[in-house]
Amino acid sequence: MSLNHPFVTIKGRKDGLVLVMDDSCAYNDLLHELKEKLTMNTNMYQKNGPDISVKVQAGNRYLSESQREELKQMIHTFDYLKVEDIHSNVMTVEEFSKKKAQERIVPIARIIRSGQKLSVEGDLLLIGDVNPGGTVIATGNIYILGTLRGVAIAGSLDDGKHAVIVASVMLPTQLKIGQVISRTDDEERREDTINKHIPECAYLDGTIGKIVIDRMQAVLKKHNLPYSLEKM
Amino acid sequence: MGEAIVVTSGKGGVGKTTTSANVGTVLALQGKKVCLVDTDIGLRNLDVVMGLENRIIYDLVDVAQGRCKLNQALVKDKRFDCLSMLPAAQTTDKTAVKPSEMKKMVDQLKADFDYIIIDCPAGIERGFRNAVAGADHAIVVTTPEISSVRDADRIIGLLEQEKQITPPRLIINRIRQHMLKKGEMLEIDEIMNILAIDLLGIVLDDDGVISSSNKGEPVALNPSSKAAQAYRNIGRRILGETVPLMAIEEKNGFFQRFKSLLGMR
Repeated sequence: MSLNHPFVTIKGRKDGLVLVMDDSCAYNDLLHELKEKLTMNTNMYQKNGPDISVKVQAGNRYLSESQREELKQMIHTFDYLKVEDIHSNVMTVEEFSKKKAQERIVPIARIIRSGQKLSVEGDLLLIGDVNPGGTVIATGNIYILGTLRGVAIAGSLDDGKHAVIVASVMLPTQLKIGQVISRTDDEERREDTINKHIPECAYLDGTIGKIVIDRMQAVLKKHNLPYSLEKM
Repeated sequence: MGEAIVVTSGKGGVGKTTTSANVGTVLALQGKKVCLVDTDIGLRNLDVVMGLENRIIYDLVDVAQGRCKLNQALVKDKRFDCLSMLPAAQTTDKTAVKPSEMKKMVDQLKADFDYIIIDCPAGIERGFRNAVAGADHAIVVTTPEISSVRDADRIIGLLEQEKQITPPRLIINRIRQHMLKKGEMLEIDEIMNILAIDLLGIVLDDDGVISSSNKGEPVALNPSSKAAQAYRNIGRRILGETVPLMAIEEKNGFFQRFKSLLGMR
């Protein structure tokens, strides 16, 4: 079946194996050949050696979630192999639009008043205030050109811990980044920030696992920039 | 074709009914045809404040349910010919009237009157929706207290969703000069910062408001009272005039200085 051109090519690299897969053959043929080749080579590896990392390159083949799982399981039947990454050049329109929605900036100009809730996919750029009792939610970052007096929830999806919340005047009742909630001290911060109108940035400090609020300049000076600011 | 203005606040006890009564009165003083509508079904007050309680025969619910004509339910004011009131029912509750029925009534009134002042009940439920249904404009009443400002903010948010209503305007009620001076009360600027809507007027706290309410006579009729001046200014602003805000500072007369010497306010 694969006389002239193999479906699976195994390449050895310093950091492990790369399985390059043909993207025009049938998926079942691929699985079949992969199993065959791995079994054939099984005696090459030392029984008690360290795990070998495996990267799968599927090329232009779309792999569904269950197919990815199937591939993984099949490779994992060989104890010493550990799948590190399955890379495909293809994604569905649905996946793409989801991803695109996550990465866009949504500009909105209005005041979020008490009892109102504004929820967006992606980064929120709010031109206006968030009043006490109001809530803004974004799957990404939140930038507020105005006063934040209410609740802001950034990174509302599972992997949201890198999100930041920036506001021209930061006087929130509560902040939530990823899974971490914080409230500002009852007395301490009110006066000076309200009078000086200093923009501030809230981010999740991974080392202490708490939300930190600092002036923008101070945040930018730090070496450990919040991830989402570093990307910019 | 008249304009319907709803007076609302969210929180109870901030002076919606007093404001409605006085705004209606000052507009009538200016010779406008005014109808006050009490939508606080089950807890009506406007008739008491206006001193018209004993003249009520039919009410708003009777009109809505077809037991009488709109004109029959209107109570004419004892002081002004151009001022009328549509009282609320006292025996049922807010669910007795639907917003669509309210709107129909207000539209009908708009044909006969220049201004329809709708007194809204506290809360954001059915009563609020009834009151807002027919309104073209809205006045939000708040006091310089954090809880009342918070509720006003909520109400403004709800009013902004009502497409037929122009952006609401604010009346800050019951400002106490001496507390403001000591920094114990929210400042007007602070309230305006949060609510961010146009200010229609400020009304100083005045004992006369309560005493005249109890007499069934809107305070606006007594020109020497500070609150009355404030309401008259508000009336003129509603009619489109530009009137500067009243100075809040108390004049430090001899007697005042003498009192403060003795540690009185």
